[in-house]
Amino acid sequence: MTVERTAAAIPLQASAAGWRQAVIRTVGRWVKRSGTAWRRSIMLRVVGSTLALSVLIVFLLGQLVLGQVRDGLLRAKVKSAVAEASSGFTAANQRLILAETSAESESTGDLVNDIVQDAANSGGGLYNVVLLSDASPGATTGAALASGGVKLETVTSLPELVRRVGQSPQPAYAYRYAPILYDSGTTKGLIVGSRIRGYQLFYLFPLDQEQATLSLVRQRLATTGFLLVLLLGLIAYVLTRQVVSPVRMAARISARIAAGQLDERMQVSGEDDLAKLASSFNRMATHLQQQIRQLEDLSRVQRRFVADVSHELRTPLTTVRMAADVLHEARDTFHPQVARSAELLQTQLDRFEALLSDLLEISRFDAGAAILEAEQVDLRDIAAKVIEGAEPLAERRGAALRLVGPQMPCVAEVDPRRIERVLRNLVVNAIEHCDGRDVVVRVAANNEAVAVAVRDYGVGLKPGEASLVFNRFWRADPARARTTGGTGLGLSIALEDAHLHGGWLQAWGQPGAGSQFRLTVPRAVGQAIDRSPIPLEPADARRMHALAEVSARRAGVGGPHAPA
Amino acid sequence: MRVMKGRVLVVDDDTALAEMLGIVLRNEGFEPVFCADGDRALSAFRESKPDLVLLDLMLPGKDGIDVCRQIRNESGVPIVMLTAKTDTVDVVVGLESGADDYVVKPFKPKELVARIRARLRRTEEPAPETLQIGDLAIDVAGHSVKRDGRAIPLTPLEFDLLVALARKPWQVFTREVLLEQVWGYRHAADTRLVNVHVQRLRSKIERDPERPEIVVTVRGVGYKAGPA
Repeated sequence: MTVERTAAAIPLQASAAGWRQAVIRTVGRWVKRSGTAWRRSIMLRVVGSTLALSVLIVFLLGQLVLGQVRDGLLRAKVKSAVAEASSGFTAANQRLILAETSAESESTGDLVNDIVQDAANSGGGLYNVVLLSDASPGATTGAALASGGVKLETVTSLPELVRRVGQSPQPAYAYRYAPILYDSGTTKGLIVGSRIRGYQLFYLFPLDQEQATLSLVRQRLATTGFLLVLLLGLIAYVLTRQVVSPVRMAARISARIAAGQLDERMQVSGEDDLAKLASSFNRMATHLQQQIRQLEDLSRVQRRFVADVSHELRTPLTTVRMAADVLHEARDTFHPQVARSAELLQTQLDRFEALLSDLLEISRFDAGAAILEAEQVDLRDIAAKVIEGAEPLAERRGAALRLVGPQMPCVAEVDPRRIERVLRNLVVNAIEHCDGRDVVVRVAANNEAVAVAVRDYGVGLKPGEASLVFNRFWRADPARARTTGGTGLGLSIALEDAHLHGGWLQAWGQPGAGSQFRLTVPRAVGQAIDRSPIPLEPADARRMHALAEVSARRAGVGGPHAPA
Repeated sequence: MRVMKGRVLVVDDDTALAEMLGIVLRNEGFEPVFCADGDRALSAFRESKPDLVLLDLMLPGKDGIDVCRQIRNESGVPIVMLTAKTDTVDVVVGLESGADDYVVKPFKPKELVARIRARLRRTEEPAPETLQIGDLAIDVAGHSVKRDGRAIPLTPLEFDLLVALARKPWQVFTREVLLEQVWGYRHAADTRLVNVHVQRLRSKIERDPERPEIVVTVRGVGYKAGPA
């Protein structure tokens, strides 16, 4: 039997544990959720704290009022009880005096009985009476008597009161609150006692009435308090609603304005602070809208200006260009100085033209007028095309161009004309700085991006120059500037093109180790890139770096990483 | 003595540029005719009956696009636009209005002359040849395209494009190859030329240009002739 019971109890316990866990989890979730709501909602916080504070205040006030009412009630009761008792004491005193002086001797038992009966009767049931004889305070017969079914213990269990009454000078009295023990039960009561000629007479007033009054008052106070708290909560709710709903509206509308709906405005009603908030919010929105419109207009004007300048400059430039060409063709028939002038005119016109078109391109970016015309293109094809185009220049400079790419297609959504321009720029740049060594163009792809890196083994970049190369008109070596071609804007335009694709264009370089420019574009327009498929610092440079360090350590030269 | 290779109508409001164009064209053996006003361009075209029109897109009076459209309505004569704008929209609008090719200012004289020559090169008599593509019959020597016996008018450039595709119906042509064969570009140039002209050709020869059956796009590569 025992075994069976234990076996049955185990799953019960287990399920109880599971149930407890579920409860804990639910409560935890609930607490977390309400914590979030508490943090997010001003209204909840205001109403919540108002409720908490008003509960506290109502409770304290209730206690205060209740205490005062009780004190008042008891004081009145004591007053009436003492008055009642005093007259009883006086009557009992006279009765005893009469009994002492009268000739006919009454038995003590009868006398005591009479006194108690008289006293109890004159109270009309409002109180009961206990009489003890001085001689035997603990005695229960003869010299001790109680009326109305009151147990003698009510009094005899209060030795302190009995002693005080026993020692008090006549006709003083003493009182205290104590439970009155009946045969049938107990009530709270007030006991007033006095010593009268060898006896102690106690009046026992039950406090039923007062108790009832007090509990009624308590009930009423609780109800009132509850209603008051509810009312305060409601008031807090209504007030915060009045304040919070315009604030919420402001939040909603500013979110809409931020999303580009510049015509959104708040409703202004009345003349209070919230109306002021709404109207100044609207003023701010109007001002912002004006500023944005103005900027848009400026941008439009700028774009228009660029187009106009473009046209106005190009037409005379075309004429000059053709005239110079005609002169150039005929230069053999000129005086040598004139012929040289014609040549200079020709070459500088080329430069001027390149500069003009780069400037126009840059200003188009600045005006935000550049548009991306993206399509799916394999970047290996573009790289091959660019290399083919740069072959003649490379031959003149004695450089070899190499394309390294994977077998799989490296397709990305790009504007092929822009990417081609970027790559042409990087390749031509590399050829001009490679000092006759190889230029390697590497194409690679990962899941999110396609990258093209152009590596040269020329003079390289000094520390800090890697970020400067993209600055407009920046030159690594001002002395070289006039001999090599280029407008000084090529890399700036390339960077803008890369940014237009949402891609990266970065440079790496080390003096003597050459440099690498890496273009990374996302596979799809608008996609973010985390990692480029090609490291910015080329692997061969890292290897060279490591080798140099090892040999430096072997030679006993303390490098920065050499052990001390 | 130079032989006149053809008459070229130069429509340009910039007198200096027009004069310079005249010098260069004469140097190359062409006979230039000038018009400085868009409103008078059409009448000048009718009077001079040029072999080619050089048209500046920005003109006082009527704008170059309108002039281009008017001339194209009357004739298939080659039109080369001169434009200062490189923005796609401008170029595409120019091409859609009927221009065969365009040159962006500032251009080199040689570049311009090469473009003009490429448009005028059909001087040698082609051998009699008849091609069939889809339900179209092409008479190469007679320079005509017929569907069910009814002739479809095409400009010389559109005709060249169609013939290039129809001669090798098994081959897919990239835009670059078409640029070289039809426009005569030796270096890679603007592939938008091909896109716009294929659209225009389709609008003339296809039964439903939205679902082309004769000039078919091969995604990611280029175009080919549809099954014969």
